[in-house]
Amino acid sequence: MGERVLMKGNEAIAEAAIQAGCRFFFGYPITPQNELPEYMSRRMPQVEGTFVQAESEVAAINMVYGASGAGARVMTSSSSPGISLKQEGISYMAGAELPAVIVNIVRGGPGLGSIQPSQGDYFQAVKGGGHGDYRLIVLAPANLQEAVDLVTEAFDLADLYRNPVLILGDGLLGQMMEPVEFRPGTKRELPPKTWATTGTRHHVGSKSVINSLVLDAPGLENHNLRLQAKYARIAQDEQKAELLHCTDAEVVVVAYGSTARIAKTAIGNLRQLGHKVGLLRPITLWPFPVHAFQEVIPHAKTFLTVEMSSGQLVEDVRLTVNGARPVHYYGRMGGMVPTHEEISAECLKVLGGAR
Amino acid sequence: MAKVFERPKSLVDMQTHYCPGCTHGIIHRLIAEVMDELNFADRAIGVAPVGCAVLGYLYFTCDMQEAAHGRAPAVATGIKRVVPDGVVFTYQGDGDLASIGCAEIVHAAARGENITTIFVNNGIYGMTGGQMAPTTLPGDKTSTSPYGRDTKKQGFPIRVSEMLSTLDGPAYVARVSVHTVPHIIRARRAIKKAFQYQIAGQGFTLVEVLSTCPTNWGLTPLEALDKLAKDMLPYYPLGEYKDIEAGAKQ
Repeated sequence: MGERVLMKGNEAIAEAAIQAGCRFFFGYPITPQNELPEYMSRRMPQVEGTFVQAESEVAAINMVYGASGAGARVMTSSSSPGISLKQEGISYMAGAELPAVIVNIVRGGPGLGSIQPSQGDYFQAVKGGGHGDYRLIVLAPANLQEAVDLVTEAFDLADLYRNPVLILGDGLLGQMMEPVEFRPGTKRELPPKTWATTGTRHHVGSKSVINSLVLDAPGLENHNLRLQAKYARIAQDEQKAELLHCTDAEVVVVAYGSTARIAKTAIGNLRQLGHKVGLLRPITLWPFPVHAFQEVIPHAKTFLTVEMSSGQLVEDVRLTVNGARPVHYYGRMGGMVPTHEEISAECLKVLGGAR
Repeated sequence: MAKVFERPKSLVDMQTHYCPGCTHGIIHRLIAEVMDELNFADRAIGVAPVGCAVLGYLYFTCDMQEAAHGRAPAVATGIKRVVPDGVVFTYQGDGDLASIGCAEIVHAAARGENITTIFVNNGIYGMTGGQMAPTTLPGDKTSTSPYGRDTKKQGFPIRVSEMLSTLDGPAYVARVSVHTVPHIIRARRAIKKAFQYQIAGQGFTLVEVLSTCPTNWGLTPLEALDKLAKDMLPYYPLGEYKDIEAGAKQ
């Protein structure tokens, strides 16, 4: 504690989970996240934890379901194609209201795609991904210190709301090395897991059932209404975003994760040249940081969304800005990472149009 | 007057949704009787499947989890790793276990996961209305093999107990039946042994129970029991396929 150590992103996320009290990890190999399960396989035995290499991503997420249902802090990680396979289990967990932290170190798609960084899983992460009406809390760190801090936060949010939380990284974040410090997060008051299936000896007189099946329609609608009320609470209380130079910015760049980091360099350079450019960086992708937009919209002339995807984030930006200002898009796909020069050029183009 | 027969304590006092003549009720009862006898209901955690036993989580007094289709052994793995002193079991049908959940059961068995699986094999998808199962016998008509299962086009039934007994992970694998009273008594013995092995930490245990589905077989309950004896037993021989205490196949 208090000491800065140089670590690879995937390993830092794994260690952060252990520091957050996670003692169960179920995973399956896929690039570019392999260092995460590998680290867990070394580290878990040292802390009397459990690491299981499952037979598939499908099995891994269902092991997470079982472990979470039995009351444990539990994590799984994967990369895009593997996260697709986990969607069945994630939907069941959302339905059964089971907390867990799922890490997606996103790679290029669709299909087998590539193993290079991408943000192409944005829709899958924030719009559901599996079947049915549900939401995941989605956290998008932009550097390793933030990734480490958000892992602790992710476990707390999961336990507080009884909901799966997704950490949406990308191949860059997973593979880069940076100094990180493991520090305790703000302590939240967490409810006891009285619902966990640990055997009726632990809760005499009542029987715990973990389930997402509600056969009668009025009953299932009520269950959905309760879930929606929970999501509304999360949407109100748990938004997070970083604002940089937004008070006087004519162009506000909207970007998350690694892309936001590159955008920061572009914005710094443009500021030195006297251009009024700012950054709005969503840290929670769901709930979408609507409050931050409301703060920025009155001053901003125009928005430029930059993403490593084909125009996914920009849809939420347009929904939020709702026609009040023009919203532009710049993106790269398939594992291509935008350079700060490209982003600067786009900002200047938009600035020209805004004047 | 002394009571000689009553509902096991581990079975909830309620009407089940099973069809008349279905043998799920007998199998539920056997599990509950063993829970009572070995006195582990308060540390048991069951996993219900998708299929006819999907509402199984209602019928036992112990803690339960409802799994996605075929995933019960993975869910049970998660539970058992968190609650190692719990007694964890899955209750699965043939579509759930031998088709969509083939990977999960094979790997739970291969890991020697210390759980017990009760595998109910009636050779058909009951809940969805009588479609062909991976265990449907050659020639048998179902709603998706209306001309009878043609092994040239639809392949052959899977003998799960034989297959899993080739692995080193399982401690006990047995196939039993519930079509006569003596068979029911033997089935109970096998289920008890499976749970005893789990409690002793010996590894993965599975009891395959041959079962009937009068509704989807289009037979009366008695005709269904006859069909089990006449058609299923020759294809699915009963016996203990793996027993680490006995050392070898009996």
